[in-house]
Amino acid sequence: MSAPADATSALQERFPQVTERASLDHPAVNVPVAEVLAVLKYLRDEFAFDMLVDLTAVDWAEGVLPRFTVVYHLLSTTRHVYIRVAANCSGDDAAPIAPSVVSLWPGANWHERECFDMFGIKFEGHPDLRRILMWDGYPYHPLRKEFPLAGIETVLPDPEIAEETKTKVIASPMAGGPFVATAGEMNLTEAEPRAKDESWSEQREKPE
Amino acid sequence: MATEIAFSDSAAKSARVRPAPGAGQEFETEKMSLSMGPSHPSTHGVLRLQMELDGEILTKCDPVIGYLHRGDEKIAENMTYNQFVPYTDRLDYIAPLANNMAYAIAVEKLAKLEVPARCQAIRVLTAELARVSSHLLGLGAFGIDVGAWTVFMYAFEEREKLYKLFEELTGARFTTSYSRIGGLQRDVPEGWTGRVGAFCDQFLPILEETLALLTRNKIFMDRTVGVGVISPADAIAYGLTGPNLRGSGVGLDLRKDKPYSGYEQYRFDVPVGTKGDCYDRYLVRGEEMRQSIRIIRQVLANFPGGDWYAKDARKIFAPPKDKILTSMEELIQNFMIVTEGPQLPAGEVYFEAENPKGALGFYIVSKGGGVPWRLKIRAPSFANLSILPKVCVGCLVSDVVAILGSFDFVMGECDR
Repeated sequence: MSAPADATSALQERFPQVTERASLDHPAVNVPVAEVLAVLKYLRDEFAFDMLVDLTAVDWAEGVLPRFTVVYHLLSTTRHVYIRVAANCSGDDAAPIAPSVVSLWPGANWHERECFDMFGIKFEGHPDLRRILMWDGYPYHPLRKEFPLAGIETVLPDPEIAEETKTKVIASPMAGGPFVATAGEMNLTEAEPRAKDESWSEQREKPE
Repeated sequence: MATEIAFSDSAAKSARVRPAPGAGQEFETEKMSLSMGPSHPSTHGVLRLQMELDGEILTKCDPVIGYLHRGDEKIAENMTYNQFVPYTDRLDYIAPLANNMAYAIAVEKLAKLEVPARCQAIRVLTAELARVSSHLLGLGAFGIDVGAWTVFMYAFEEREKLYKLFEELTGARFTTSYSRIGGLQRDVPEGWTGRVGAFCDQFLPILEETLALLTRNKIFMDRTVGVGVISPADAIAYGLTGPNLRGSGVGLDLRKDKPYSGYEQYRFDVPVGTKGDCYDRYLVRGEEMRQSIRIIRQVLANFPGGDWYAKDARKIFAPPKDKILTSMEELIQNFMIVTEGPQLPAGEVYFEAENPKGALGFYIVSKGGGVPWRLKIRAPSFANLSILPKVCVGCLVSDVVAILGSFDFVMGECDR
C-alpha cells in the first residue's frame, strides 16, 4: 500500500481530469462529477479507503457557477489516513445532480438523503431518495444560502391536524429578525418581541 | 406465506395479504405496521421506528428521524466561531465536554493554533471523564431496556459524582462549553485534580460491582448474546464508529490511530468484540470505562504546568475582564472579537475526534473572517443508526429494544 500523497498522484495518472484541491489538512482532490463513482471505487479498492465517514455538500451562494459541490471524506481503517474528494454538481440550480454512491457504501444512503433534504441535490441511482430530517412534503431546502435563518412560513403537512387546531401554517415568528419590542402597541412586559421592520432605513424611504 | 406489501406511512395500519395460491392455507396472514416512538422509553429520545411485523418478527424497519432537528449547521453559518461553542454542548448532550473539545480542535486546525501541554492534558481529562459519564448512562439505560433496573441506580449515582466535578470545573453540570477555541474557559480549580483522582479510586470497585450485575447475568445474556449481530464488513460499510464499530471487531480508535490533543503519550488498550452482537458492544463499553480511568490516572500523574491557553490565540480569546475595563487596547480587541468574530484564514478542514458515541467530525469551509461559510457536523449517532434497517430485519420486537439499547445513540446529535 502506498502513502496518501501517492493516492492523489496515482489518481491523476489514471483519471487525467482529477485536480488537486486546496486543503489545510488532508489530501484533497477535485473530480468531475461524471467520474465520481469510478474515482471513489478506485480509492476504495486500490487504496483501502474503505470507510465513507462523511458525505456533504457546500452551497457557494446564488448566482455562483458551479453552485453546489458534493464533498466526500474517506478514511482508511487500516492505514488511518483521510482523503477528501469534491465534485461540482451538474444540472441547474433548482435540481443539481450528483451520482449516488450507495452501491459502494450502503452507509451513504442516509448522508445522501440528508444532502437532498438540505440542498435539493438529486442523487442519481439512490434507492430511496426521501427527506430525512425535515418532513415529507416540506417545500424548501434549508441549507441553501437563500433560505433565511429565521425560516419561512410553511403549510401544515397534515390537513386533519390543520382542521383540528384551526391553524393552516407553521409560523416562523423569527422571520425578519433582530427582535424589537414595538412601543406603544401593547403592554411591553407581556408582549412577545417582534421582528424589526427592516424595509426602510436611512438610505431607503419608509414605505407608506 | 405472506407476500410483500406496500409500506404504509400511517401508523398502526394493518394490511391484508392474500394467502399463497394452492398452499391450502386456512388462515389469512397479515402483516402489521407498528410505529414505535417518537416518544417511547426505549427509543432514548425522539427516534421513531416504522416497523412492519410478521407476527412478532420484523420484516422491515424504517427509522424516522428529525424530530429534534434544530438546524445547527444553518445556525453556525450565521454566527462567529466563538458563539457556536455552546451549540456543540447540545449535540451529544450526554458528553458535552468531548464535543467542545472536538469543535475547538477543528477550529484550531483552521486557525493553525497549537495549544500548550496543560490545555491538552485538561482536555483529555475532561473528554475521558465525559466518556465515563456517557458510557455509564448508556449502560444504565441499556440495563433498563432489558429489564435490569439496579444497574441504572448504580450508574446514576456515579454520574452524579461526575456532574459535581463538572460543575466545579465549568460552572455547569450539563452544558459545559468548557473547551474554547485556543484554550479553555478557565484553568482547573485548586484541588480539583485531587478530587478527580479520589473519584477514580472509589469508582473502579463500584464499576466492577456494576458490571458484575450484567456480565454473567443469565437474563441479560439471553437478551443480548447473538442479538443484533453486525459483521465487521457491514460496520465499516455503514460508517459505524466508536464502541459500535469496535464491538464488531474492528479496532479503529482515533485516539490511537489519529492521535490528537496528546493522546499518543498515554498507554491504553482498545477493546474489540468478537461477534459484533449487543453483548459485545456492552463489553466494549465496560472495558472502555476502565481504560478511561487508566488514561485519567496517567494524566493526573504527569499533570503539566504552564499556560492553559495558546499564547497566539489573542485574536480569538477575549482579553481578561480587568484589562478590558482599564486598557483601551484590550477594550478595542474585545469589541472586535465580539462584533466581527475571530479572523480566521480561508480554507477547508475536517477533524474527527473519538467521542463516547463514535467519531464526531467537523468539516469547516471558511472564506476567511469570523463566520464559517459552511460547517458540517458529522454525527456518529446518525451514521450508527443508519444500519438499523439492516440489523433489525428478522429480529423480534423485544430484540429491537435490546439493539437500540446497545447502540447507545443520542438524538440531539443525530438530528442536529
